[in-house]
Amino acid sequence: MDKLKSPRTGGLLILMAIIAVLPAFLDNAFQVEIAILIFFNAIVCIGLNLLIGYAGQISLGHGAFVGLGAYGSAILTAHQGWDPLLSMVAAATFTGVLCFVIARPILKLKGHYLAMATLGMGIIISIVINTEDQLTGGPDGMYVDGLSFMTSQIHWYWLIGAVLVFSVWASLNLIHSPIGRALRAVHGSEVAAEVVGVDTTQYKVLIFVVSGVFASVVGSLGVYYSNFVTPDIAGFFHSIELVVMVVFGGMASTFGAVVGAAILTILPQVLTFLHDFEHLVFGLILMLTMIFLPKGLVPTLADLFKKGDKS
Amino acid sequence: MTSRQKGLKKSLVALGMVAGALAVSASNAEAADPIKIGTFLSVTGPASFLGDPELKTLELYIEELNKGGGVLGRQLELVQYDVGVDSKKAITAVKRLVSQDEVDVIIGGSTSGATMAVVPIVEKAEVPFISLAGAVAIVEPVKKWVFKTPHTDKMACGKIFEDLQSRGLTTIALISGTGGFGKSMQGQCTKLAPAYKINIAASESYGPKDTDMTAQLTKIKGVDGIQAVVNTGFGQGPAIVTKNYRQLGMTAPLYQSHGVASKKFIELAGDAAEGVRLPAAALLVADMLPDSDPQKPVVQGYSAAYSDAYGGSVSTFGGHAYDGLQIAVAAMVRAGSTDKEAVRNEIEKTSGYIGTGGVVNMSEKDHLGLDLSAFKMLEIKDGDWSIVR
Repeated sequence: MDKLKSPRTGGLLILMAIIAVLPAFLDNAFQVEIAILIFFNAIVCIGLNLLIGYAGQISLGHGAFVGLGAYGSAILTAHQGWDPLLSMVAAATFTGVLCFVIARPILKLKGHYLAMATLGMGIIISIVINTEDQLTGGPDGMYVDGLSFMTSQIHWYWLIGAVLVFSVWASLNLIHSPIGRALRAVHGSEVAAEVVGVDTTQYKVLIFVVSGVFASVVGSLGVYYSNFVTPDIAGFFHSIELVVMVVFGGMASTFGAVVGAAILTILPQVLTFLHDFEHLVFGLILMLTMIFLPKGLVPTLADLFKKGDKS
Repeated sequence: MTSRQKGLKKSLVALGMVAGALAVSASNAEAADPIKIGTFLSVTGPASFLGDPELKTLELYIEELNKGGGVLGRQLELVQYDVGVDSKKAITAVKRLVSQDEVDVIIGGSTSGATMAVVPIVEKAEVPFISLAGAVAIVEPVKKWVFKTPHTDKMACGKIFEDLQSRGLTTIALISGTGGFGKSMQGQCTKLAPAYKINIAASESYGPKDTDMTAQLTKIKGVDGIQAVVNTGFGQGPAIVTKNYRQLGMTAPLYQSHGVASKKFIELAGDAAEGVRLPAAALLVADMLPDSDPQKPVVQGYSAAYSDAYGGSVSTFGGHAYDGLQIAVAAMVRAGSTDKEAVRNEIEKTSGYIGTGGVVNMSEKDHLGLDLSAFKMLEIKDGDWSIVR
């Protein structure tokens, strides 16, 4: 019974329950679409949260990894005729190797310098996708056939929902493993971590690769789902959007990443009635949240509930 | 189990309920009394020069139609979403238009990327869709539910080559911007050249942010027998090409694309623009058209209405939205209903519609319906446009 109440099992069960009953409340294809988008964003955010929230390393280039996955899959299936799932694995492997190669020099940097390096890397990847139009179709994007066995939208809902549950489960387990503890030590103080025998570089590289692969897989699945991809997927703004989701939901909280992704995916859709003021209000909500809930939504609310319990 | 984890659980439940409530409140299944026209445009972001006049035009004319009693005795309602230049946003917006707002027709898509991204959705949902984007790929091959109003870059190439032929020029050089527009048009021109017996003897390109193209032009100057130079691209690049061209003392005729068909180009290129030719829509030279031109009253009318309502001068992009709306409304009137299949069939039968883009004659095989006469060949004289006859 105690086990049920820990976030590792309890939280996961709640998430599964929400995913299971949600379709009953969604009464048209658009709402299902939004749910699927939330799942996609949440998966990337979970990966990114491992890097930002637990290892304390910022990445402003995660959109580029999503883009690599998307274009890797798109190019291999559309131009080379590869099987979509094989393409997805190939794209994820490529992204993982790339992350591994660039992680060592990049993760030696700290603070603003690390942010700048990941930002630069993201922009380079984005430029390559934009200009190699023989391969990528350039700014007009490219069309890709989907997965033949996924015939309806609700299939996608269940597939991506399942991937999300798996991601949350994997992330929670990782955090509660020796690796997770080592990562939090790195976040707290790298020097202290090294003194107690944590190979900080190795762990940082590992988590960078893991979060890159998360992003790449989402990119691949996303391109099979929407059958179309344009370069803005790898763009700077997409990267920022992902970081905002993680910070908004709450750093170092896996469920925070999920909630952040959910709210920031729904919010722009709800605000469309404001037309010209949409972006203004959106920015205002973000600012107010960060001022009054600096730890992010989920950790702050969790603290509030905790206080409520005690009194 | 700690109280913190308990709290986390509670907050999750609360958030789940909030999300659920949002999803429910977002759905409003009211009876569709007005005719719903859906649109998704690049109103903000780098392509807002397309989306802004398009949206303003749709709003202006829908209001006007409603004042005049609407269409089929029903009022029109515009449902619009701003999608920037993000194809993912375009996909979400169109899914919302077809499955939540249940619009009767979609007129929109400022960029080719956004349009191509939503084609699979529109085809599946079976909603008539008139795109406002340029690429040929939108209507070639023909897709059952997809139409478009703007001229294609292939037509611009054709118009330029036709003019070259009439001047007896056969050997040319291409200089192209590497942006989406410049690249696409370069490809189309290269493909089309043999059909007009045009020989492209040199092809150079420049980046979107380059500030000097003398190197590329010097190379072209060095190639023997170049009789004309064609520049594909838009933005400030073509203006710099034009200036460098004169600085190098090159005298062969210089052609620009319809992408620079705005007064801004003449301002930027200054005196160097004298004698430059380019294909452009009639809208640009509304007042210069001969009175016999059937397009004259249409383009003058649109031009005046737009300037009265919003100030400033019209752009061809707003004109595309005007044409899209008129074609859709005319099709509904002919169909006598908003039945999607019937409206689609009537849009396909559009013939002899005189719009800002030209005379539209659609068919089963042609979902654009414009021919080369839709373009006027212009020459810049004394800092203003003049029509080449």
